[in-house]
Amino acid sequence: MKQHSERAFVRMDGVGHRYDPAPDAPMAVQNIDIEINRHEFVAVVGPSGCGKSTLLRMVSGLLVPSEGKVSVFGKQVSGPRDDVGIVFQKPTLLPWLSVRKNVLFPLKHKFGRYGREDEKRAQELLEMAGLQAFSEKMPDELSGGMQQRVGIVRALLLNPDILLMDEPFSALDAMTREQIGFDLLKIWDENPKTVLFITHSISEAVLLADRVLVMSKRPGSVLDLIDVDLPRPRSPETIKQPRFSELTDRIRKHIYEPEAA
Amino acid sequence: MSQKLPDGSLRNALLTCAPWIFFIALLLAWEALCRIAELPTYVLPAPSVIVDAFFEVEMSRWLDHLWATLRVALMGFGLSIVISIPLAIFMMRSELLSRTLYPVLVVIQSTPVVAIAPLIIVMMGSGDSSRVLITCLLTFFPLVVSTATGINETPAELIELSRSLDAPTRRETWQIRIPYAIPHIFSGLKVAITLAIIGAVVAEFVAAEKGLGYFIQFSTSFFKIPQAFAGLFFLAAVSLLLFKCVQWTQQIFFAWSLPRKKS
Repeated sequence: MKQHSERAFVRMDGVGHRYDPAPDAPMAVQNIDIEINRHEFVAVVGPSGCGKSTLLRMVSGLLVPSEGKVSVFGKQVSGPRDDVGIVFQKPTLLPWLSVRKNVLFPLKHKFGRYGREDEKRAQELLEMAGLQAFSEKMPDELSGGMQQRVGIVRALLLNPDILLMDEPFSALDAMTREQIGFDLLKIWDENPKTVLFITHSISEAVLLADRVLVMSKRPGSVLDLIDVDLPRPRSPETIKQPRFSELTDRIRKHIYEPEAA
Repeated sequence: MSQKLPDGSLRNALLTCAPWIFFIALLLAWEALCRIAELPTYVLPAPSVIVDAFFEVEMSRWLDHLWATLRVALMGFGLSIVISIPLAIFMMRSELLSRTLYPVLVVIQSTPVVAIAPLIIVMMGSGDSSRVLITCLLTFFPLVVSTATGINETPAELIELSRSLDAPTRRETWQIRIPYAIPHIFSGLKVAITLAIIGAVVAEFVAAEKGLGYFIQFSTSFFKIPQAFAGLFFLAAVSLLLFKCVQWTQQIFFAWSLPRKKS
């Protein structure tokens, strides 16, 4: 075992997966070795179909890899784990519940009930996301950006150690998208989590993350793991720094000329 | 809408009134046709003649017939809900069950109820129960299909969310899948309620001594054509009212399941 592995929060050792169990079936992902530290923000970029979502589902325990092992805090992941919050591409709120009840839904769903303390926590989370005025509104009365904020708040309700985000902002318009990205960083700052953030946007990845994992096309493997040494807090000013374009260029090279990199 | 309509309240008023205006115009045209062409009442009675025929029959007799039909239609409809919604849920849970049952359901659905109705009456007698069964046979298929479709359309992400929370399947069904199916269930209910009336009437045609269907058949066989038409219109009105009741139920209790009106 490597020396620094003690600190690793999420580990993947030689992870590979094929959806079809036949031995000659194509791999979705292969040879993944990564270590993610606690409270680290890792963005994952790569071409469509490279297995980014597969990676995420393996960390959540919804998918058990056919090769290698995934472990969280030293324990191997073998089934769905409840210390994980998931944010999807679409907000997927329940249209028959108010914003507040949508946020409380994970508790209602897991245990069948929730208490006064939980309601207080939901209210605090909504306030933190600037949604306190909308808690009794129905989801379809909210804009797409606000719905996705509710989706994030819902994922935070059970106070998970890990936040998994699968292209959470890709359905939003560019301006909303930038704003909600900074809001996410603010929330993450106040509630430190280990974040695995899948995106198609290279600049979004660099702007938000501590490290960017660049994946190859199918079968997905790790092409590069880039340290984003830009100072925090990040802001619209960050984009103007020369280092920002250096980093995005480096990622772009991987995507457009995989052989050269 | 390609046609340009006046704005605001005038436009709304027009949209509300248009079907009524059209309906009244249709009746007037009908009345005119009968008078001008001097059609005999057994070919086509004029609306005014039908209205007269309606009031010639005592109200208590109407209510008697109405109750007989309504009772069968509603019991058949209720039974069909009780059977088909759980059936659809179980079929969606198990592929084996759905593969086994689906062909049978299609066979039942594609057999004309009019053809089986006499057999059912022979087997079960001419009481309410056989008429309820006939109604139920006619109504349950659209309900099974719409419920199953709705349950199937639950977003995959929500199912993943449920799995990641490690919640019991029971709650996945009750808190996610069934509510998601509500809009589809209501489309099924709207089809089923009108079919329920049809089922009850078909059953009465085969064997009954009361009911609006029986009344229409009986009037026709005695050549009381205006009276038969009066029965027909009464039946249509009842059917429409039941349809509206389903719609109101959805509006009052499941308002979220309707597309939000743009103001």
